[in-house]
Amino acid sequence: MTTITFGKAINEGLRRALAEDDKVVLMGEDIGTLGGVFRITDGLKAEFGERRVVDTPLSEAGIVGTAVGLAYRGFRPVVEIQFDGFVYPSFDQIVAQVAKLHYRSRGTVRMPIVIRIPFGGGIGAAEHHSESPEAYFTHTAGLRVVACSNPADAYVMIQQAIASDDPVIFLEPKRRYHVKGEVDLDANLADARPMGVATTVATGDDVTLVTYGALVQTAKDAATAAAEEGVAIEVIDLRSLAPVDYATIEASVRRTGRLVVAHEAGEQGGVGAEIAAAITERCFEYLEAAPVRVTGHDIPYPPAKLEQHHLPDLDRILDGVDRALGRPNSLSDVSEVDA
Amino acid sequence: MTPSDREATGLLTRPDDLVRLLDATGGRHANPEFDPWVADVDVDALIGLHRDMVVIRRLDSEATALQRQGELGLWPPLAGQEAAQIGSARALHDDDFVFSSYREHAVAWLRGVRPDELLSVWRGTAASGWNPFEKRMAVPQIIIGAQSLHAVGWAMGAKWEDSSAASIAYFGDGATSEGDVNEALVFASSFDAPVVFFCQNNGWAISEPVGLQSKQPLARRADGFGMPGIRVDGNDVLAVLAVTRWALDRARRGEGPAFIEAVTYRMGPHTTADDPKRYRTDDDLAEWRERDPITRLHAFIAASGADIDAVDADAKAAADRAAADLRAGLTTIPDPEPMSVFDHVYAEPNSHLERQRERYARYLAMFDEEGAR
Repeated sequence: MTTITFGKAINEGLRRALAEDDKVVLMGEDIGTLGGVFRITDGLKAEFGERRVVDTPLSEAGIVGTAVGLAYRGFRPVVEIQFDGFVYPSFDQIVAQVAKLHYRSRGTVRMPIVIRIPFGGGIGAAEHHSESPEAYFTHTAGLRVVACSNPADAYVMIQQAIASDDPVIFLEPKRRYHVKGEVDLDANLADARPMGVATTVATGDDVTLVTYGALVQTAKDAATAAAEEGVAIEVIDLRSLAPVDYATIEASVRRTGRLVVAHEAGEQGGVGAEIAAAITERCFEYLEAAPVRVTGHDIPYPPAKLEQHHLPDLDRILDGVDRALGRPNSLSDVSEVDA
Repeated sequence: MTPSDREATGLLTRPDDLVRLLDATGGRHANPEFDPWVADVDVDALIGLHRDMVVIRRLDSEATALQRQGELGLWPPLAGQEAAQIGSARALHDDDFVFSSYREHAVAWLRGVRPDELLSVWRGTAASGWNPFEKRMAVPQIIIGAQSLHAVGWAMGAKWEDSSAASIAYFGDGATSEGDVNEALVFASSFDAPVVFFCQNNGWAISEPVGLQSKQPLARRADGFGMPGIRVDGNDVLAVLAVTRWALDRARRGEGPAFIEAVTYRMGPHTTADDPKRYRTDDDLAEWRERDPITRLHAFIAASGADIDAVDADAKAAADRAAADLRAGLTTIPDPEPMSVFDHVYAEPNSHLERQRERYARYLAMFDEEGAR
């Protein structure tokens, strides 16, 4: 075991993938000489050369579109979108090309493309640098969407994503890049938990709290705080947003009878909406209360000095837990009809 | 591109010049720069090009008729663009790779696509008609210009792997306004990708005249991206063959991308759902009918002393055979199985889709049971 940062864990995962398969190429803006604006690809161009770690012109559609052509040739491109809010110029290439070409070609053309996106807020950034665009992609057939929450997962999941023959939107919670954790750099990937399986990171019988990315740590902290009041929260790190590992969530909710889903993205049409609906359908007779969503507001991402009023934090998550448990909460005096 | 850069490409022809080897009456124009590229094209080869064009025009009109008869959902006719497509596709090597739009039926035909493969998409029975790796031609692209980036990525990979193959991106005049095409030109230039941008300027993007896309010849844009641009008479199959050979050869030798504007005309509607009478006149059509790509090659072959009656008979027989194959092929296209709607969304097992598949199968089975009662 080695103690490294989240960002370094992705770097090491990319290094191993580059070393093991010469069809793996990294593409993006500033990823070569600079090592990426977050230094995630630091040192990789020096080690593998400019044909494996490619600084591209500033065009997101160009990066993803040429990755499609490279995939036609059998390459496994790993694309870096510099910030979440910059992914939209490549939207057509992602949803109409990358996601659909396997279907459109009746299974003959594979698109083993990984699109890495540093996502989410909490770093006081300028506009377009703190977004959570995951629902656009979970809504798109043909894509897999994953979000890692800790260095050990990041190291393994980036390699699993690259090994996948399906395209993967790989979401990296940028505000956790500097968090350190133990990583087994010699881990045998064959023994690793599959990318599509969720992880229960705290156990409890009172309420199931599902989240992903940066909020997993916040949720764990919330569970610790709640335990002091005698409330046992089970925290599930979703990891895969498409497809969702419902088996893990169902098993938990059947025990707790209560579900809270938390994410930074807005509420409307979000991952939380999908999970709340699916669990209501699948576990209706087990539920003691309506599922609760704790999310960002349905607003454009606000200026940095307001982001604390947008992002779910420990207290807002605990307020949601209280709603699920029927304990006094911010909406206690408000009927759901009016709320 | 500075004049000295231009000299480095070895190209004397300016982007505003229209490269033409055969005029509308079949007269042969000497062109010192491009004649060498078709020096091997003898009368038999010309007769082959003529046959190709006659056959594909026939297949195109058959497909239009099949759409009118309700056998196809839609068809985008290529009539008028036979020389641009046949001339460029005949310049390709087997190991080159084509990234096309949805109108390159002649290119597909020359890549060995069968009639039933060509029609299945337009009949609505399949998402694509052929295996791209067998035909060395990607699935057709309906999103305007998106394939140009794919062609560049493929070519970047070819260069990185020291392959001698090149790719060709087919798109229209309308596509030159799309971001993807411009970004493709940037990437191709930056990475010296062995790719040829083949723009069929057929005058119209559905109802919009090319003047809405550009105030100047499209080939001029190439200079701004740092690659040579050539304007060629797109109804002159010999000139198209010559300039495309030149551009592909240059790309294969590692000299980077080139942009070809083939000036042609879409004689028919955008698709069978379009009504061009709403935006252009019979006079426009008459003017271009005078420049028909098949007529001029026919005149040139006749003037060369070949037995033109035999040429015509041979071309007609080939067209008749192809048309019969097309109609026969149509009947061999099976209607897809209902559950195949879920096939190939993912390459690997996907728990979410498996669940939907199982549930829909149960739903369909309900009708089987009702039928049995």
